[in-house]
Amino acid sequence: MGDAPHPGRAVRSRTAPARRSRTAPGAGLVRTERAGWGTYALLALFTAVSLFPLLWTAVAASRTSTRLAATPPPFRFGRNLPGNLASAWTDARLGEALANTALVAGTVAAGTVLFSTLAGFAFAKLRFRFRGTLLLLVAGTMLIPPQLGVVPLYLLIARLRWTDELQAVILPSLVSAFGVFFMVQHLRRALPAEVLEAARMDGAGTLRTVWHVVLPAARPAMAVLGMLSFVAAWNDFFWPVLALTQTGNPTVQVALTGLGRGTVPDQSVVMAGALLGTLPLLVVLALFGRHIVGGVMRGAVKG
Amino acid sequence: MDGARDRAGAGPGDRAGAGPGDRAGTPRQGVPRRPRLRRTPVGSRWAPYVLVAPFFLFFGAFGVFPLAATAWTSLHRVELTAPAEPEWVGLHNYARLLDDAFFWNALANTVVIGVLSTVPQLLLALGVAHLLDVRLRGRGFFRVVALAPYATSVAAATLVFALFYGRDHGMANWALGVVGLAPVDWQNGPWASKLAVSSIVVWRWTGYNALIYLAAMQTIPRELYEAAALDGASRWRQFLHVTLPGLRPALAFTVLVSTIGATQLFGEPLLFGSGAGASGGADHQFQTLGLYLYEQGWVNLHLGRAAAIAWAMLLILVVLFGAVRLLRGGLARRPGRAS
Repeated sequence: MGDAPHPGRAVRSRTAPARRSRTAPGAGLVRTERAGWGTYALLALFTAVSLFPLLWTAVAASRTSTRLAATPPPFRFGRNLPGNLASAWTDARLGEALANTALVAGTVAAGTVLFSTLAGFAFAKLRFRFRGTLLLLVAGTMLIPPQLGVVPLYLLIARLRWTDELQAVILPSLVSAFGVFFMVQHLRRALPAEVLEAARMDGAGTLRTVWHVVLPAARPAMAVLGMLSFVAAWNDFFWPVLALTQTGNPTVQVALTGLGRGTVPDQSVVMAGALLGTLPLLVVLALFGRHIVGGVMRGAVKG
Repeated sequence: MDGARDRAGAGPGDRAGAGPGDRAGTPRQGVPRRPRLRRTPVGSRWAPYVLVAPFFLFFGAFGVFPLAATAWTSLHRVELTAPAEPEWVGLHNYARLLDDAFFWNALANTVVIGVLSTVPQLLLALGVAHLLDVRLRGRGFFRVVALAPYATSVAAATLVFALFYGRDHGMANWALGVVGLAPVDWQNGPWASKLAVSSIVVWRWTGYNALIYLAAMQTIPRELYEAAALDGASRWRQFLHVTLPGLRPALAFTVLVSTIGATQLFGEPLLFGSGAGASGGADHQFQTLGLYLYEQGWVNLHLGRAAAIAWAMLLILVVLFGAVRLLRGGLARRPGRAS
């Protein structure tokens, strides 16, 4: 016990030195020690290792499979990128798969955000019977491996004749225990009791309170949760591979699995597929990087 | 606060000394109307249930129900070809597992790959977080870079690494050749293949964990470092005696999450052996429990057996965490540093 650090707020105001500290979440807390060249060198190495496989995917996707099967492997871009991308797009049905995935990830993110916010608000701010028990139930299931549910889930969607249908992967992911927890944590702080009290005094019912008070207060957390859920849904692998096939309505991950199993034997086309499946998320990361970073850091510590 | 008084008067008398943390329980009976309304600032008394209902509806149908149904399925012979005709077999599926060399092989592989991926991943993440926890130019850039592998899907990452680790023309073996080492059979070597699969996991998750550690490091009061520095503690000793103790909750979290992740490993071994698929290599040398479950259920079409494997996986996790708790309890009882 007792080793838990003090909540950051008091520390923040006392330390917060530099003007630059506004540039990143929690920046005022960075150790004031300046980074030496050794730190930069090691971080450069880390960057290289992190990015090289991605860059090389693009290189490999711009070559032919004969060139990929020669030594030494290519390090510079070739001229076949458009052709390989086109092959992946049509032959491996990556185009369809991307559209499917966008639909799935978008719906899942929207549902997760909506349902988590509603439930999170109730758990954070309302008193009701079984609240503690229900919240404990939510927390408990976060620890259970998804494998434990897939067999009956598969039987269920088979009986509903949903195999190969996108709702088979959307509906089970529409709610998330992590999302509820994330929202509970955020709303506990972001919604002072007085504000809710005031809304009530003004005669606002539940619906109006949620619309006019809760949703605005939850907006930043909703954005972060939405992005995290989108990334997770985009990359979801195990269940989509069970529930969908490449010949039906594949998501990108299912289509890539088909590529990996040799439906298209050309390795450079396989790499073009991997590139296509990754690129949208890298764009999202480049655009919203800071918020996603903040979300990971926040969600993990408090969740 | 009158909440405490209400509870003491009306509650069944359990733990009536209302501490600061017991807002969760609601009094069961005889609560005066006014205070209850005041404590629920929004509309009707049903509002909370309406708000949590959609979540629990989906959660029940696609989360809790399959969970319970797995137990039932595991006691039956259910073939994927005729899923509507389950046949009661009692514990037969479990008994078979104990007798099944492939199951034990998969369990051993899962443990080995789990250790080979989790330990380096967390140690590296700790180092990267430490590097990032100073005043740094381009801090935002490095943080986003750390997440790029996490944003790469299992499928895409594994396909690229499979090409890297190709036996004849892969980049890994080419690099070994450049420094004068013999090529390694990354797909068929019992150890080499496990190492290769682990490296994919390490690559994808190191940055993610580093950011978690970084967030936790930033909640450590800077005064502690100043005090340690005044006492003449080197940077290494500061790391040992200030940073690490402050990271305890984050360490526990990442160990938990990556252990759970390791028991479920599926996509990497499925796609690493191109063509081999569910068997996890020609010799099953990197077939994990997750992959074995898939093979039994969706390749061999024995869903009952797959369900039994799923329960075995949960059981392994429970035993593992039980052991850790016991171990930690034992350690905690020893007089340790009061950090």
